[in-house]
Amino acid sequence: MSATPATPVLELRSVRKSFGTELVLRDVDLVVAEHTVTVLIGSSGSGKSTLLRCVNQLEQIDDGVVLFDGIDIADPRVSHDDVRKRIGIVFQAFNLFPHMTVLDNITLAPRRVHGVGRAEAEARALELLERFTLADKASQYPDRLSGGQQQRVAIVRALTVSPRLMLFDEVTSALDPVLVNEVLAVVRDLRVDGMTMVIATHEMGFATQVADEVCFLSGGVIVERGTPEQVIREPRDPRTREFLRRVHEAGRL
Amino acid sequence: MPSAIELERRAIRKRLDRRRIAVAAASSIVVIGGLVAIVVTSPGWPTFQQTFFDWGYAREVLPGIAEGFKVDLVVVFFSTILIAAMAMAIALLRTTRAAAFAPFRILATLYVDLFRGIPLLLVLYLIGFGLPALGISWLPTNPAVLGTIAISVTYSAYVAEVIRSGILSIHPSQRAAARSLGLTQSQTMRHVVLPQALRRVVPPLLNDFVSLLKDVSLVSVLGVVEGVRRAQIYNAESFNYTPYVVAAILFLILTIPLTRFTDHVLARSIARQNAQGNA
Repeated sequence: MSATPATPVLELRSVRKSFGTELVLRDVDLVVAEHTVTVLIGSSGSGKSTLLRCVNQLEQIDDGVVLFDGIDIADPRVSHDDVRKRIGIVFQAFNLFPHMTVLDNITLAPRRVHGVGRAEAEARALELLERFTLADKASQYPDRLSGGQQQRVAIVRALTVSPRLMLFDEVTSALDPVLVNEVLAVVRDLRVDGMTMVIATHEMGFATQVADEVCFLSGGVIVERGTPEQVIREPRDPRTREFLRRVHEAGRL
Repeated sequence: MPSAIELERRAIRKRLDRRRIAVAAASSIVVIGGLVAIVVTSPGWPTFQQTFFDWGYAREVLPGIAEGFKVDLVVVFFSTILIAAMAMAIALLRTTRAAAFAPFRILATLYVDLFRGIPLLLVLYLIGFGLPALGISWLPTNPAVLGTIAISVTYSAYVAEVIRSGILSIHPSQRAAARSLGLTQSQTMRHVVLPQALRRVVPPLLNDFVSLLKDVSLVSVLGVVEGVRRAQIYNAESFNYTPYVVAAILFLILTIPLTRFTDHVLARSIARQNAQGNA
């Protein structure tokens, strides 16, 4: 189905999620328009990852609505698989399949889920690998690659089926600063392509560069949101200020 | 307080669940009921019932078979201990990298090749009749003891391979992490690799254990009168097969709860370690 230009790709209305007695998301609202980048910041445990996992239906929400292209995907009658076919997600720990080569990792979903032929799937995979200077790694196994290379492969794996929305869950948290840059460069590239993305990250400099909107989460609530200039340069809420001050102290701004 | 949408979602979920349960029930009734119907309506059913499920006779032979079954349990008990010790030793020998252990590694490999390849029945004959024939005075001559040894020899070869496959399945990064903390090769094995490896091989090990429970009755070929042999004796007297069914039920009483229990333990340990999710 094609959405009207006014329909955002993703919209969360009063999404609530708890684990046991702990409320992780408290009535979160979020709108992500097509071709925009939303960056989620906040300390660990603030609910960033859970929010992304709820979008991808890896967690079942307790209340609220998750609209993907205007359709409530939290509805039990909506197939999770169909939703996930159109949403790419990249995890902090890469989660590549260690028993498959890079090429097989990337072509698994196109071939098994999307019914693309082997030749076509591999051509597309190689094209993407080429673009991210990974072409020579196609026949390697993930364990033989550096963390940055593995994460870029994971991005290619999510990207190869041309998802409508990409989710990034602290994709650089397991990487050293040099490798961080090679991964972030890929994300910047995708922004130029017009990919709609929601990114949870601790990299404030990166957030400032790529975000159309920055949301600061604290205790499962979006405490402050706005352009990077507003939220990161001139935060108004004391909790945002405190968080950014601590990030600054850690030398990451 | 949940919103109207969430309440509706819950109602839908409940409806979908109910439908799933209904489908499961209907399909179970059709399949299982069909099978029962085929058996019960078969022309030989009355005779079959009499020769295999004569409950009066079953009550009569139960004490005798139970008495024999105790022998099975004793053999299982001692062979389980022997198998665990031998299999662990062999698995460790086969995975160790220490140079000094090279000859033992070769011997362990030979042992596995040999006793996994020879049918259990032959090993029973070899040890049960061969060992006493050597005439060495301090060797045991009790057939139950010899049978226990023979079963342990064969099973330890199998179980060693299961444990070894578990050890090999642990990612090298775990070893690297442990060694980098200063743990020695053997400490790494004991505190990091083995605990993960054993948890991983619980299902295949349980498989082997259930299979052991049944195979112990083979010691009867050495003249040990255990449960199945006892049933065989009753059958020879009466030409009725009910004693075998009684023996089968005694084995099931043991194996089924065991399987369920292990499944439960495993599920709990998996749930404890992994993050939950909808995947």
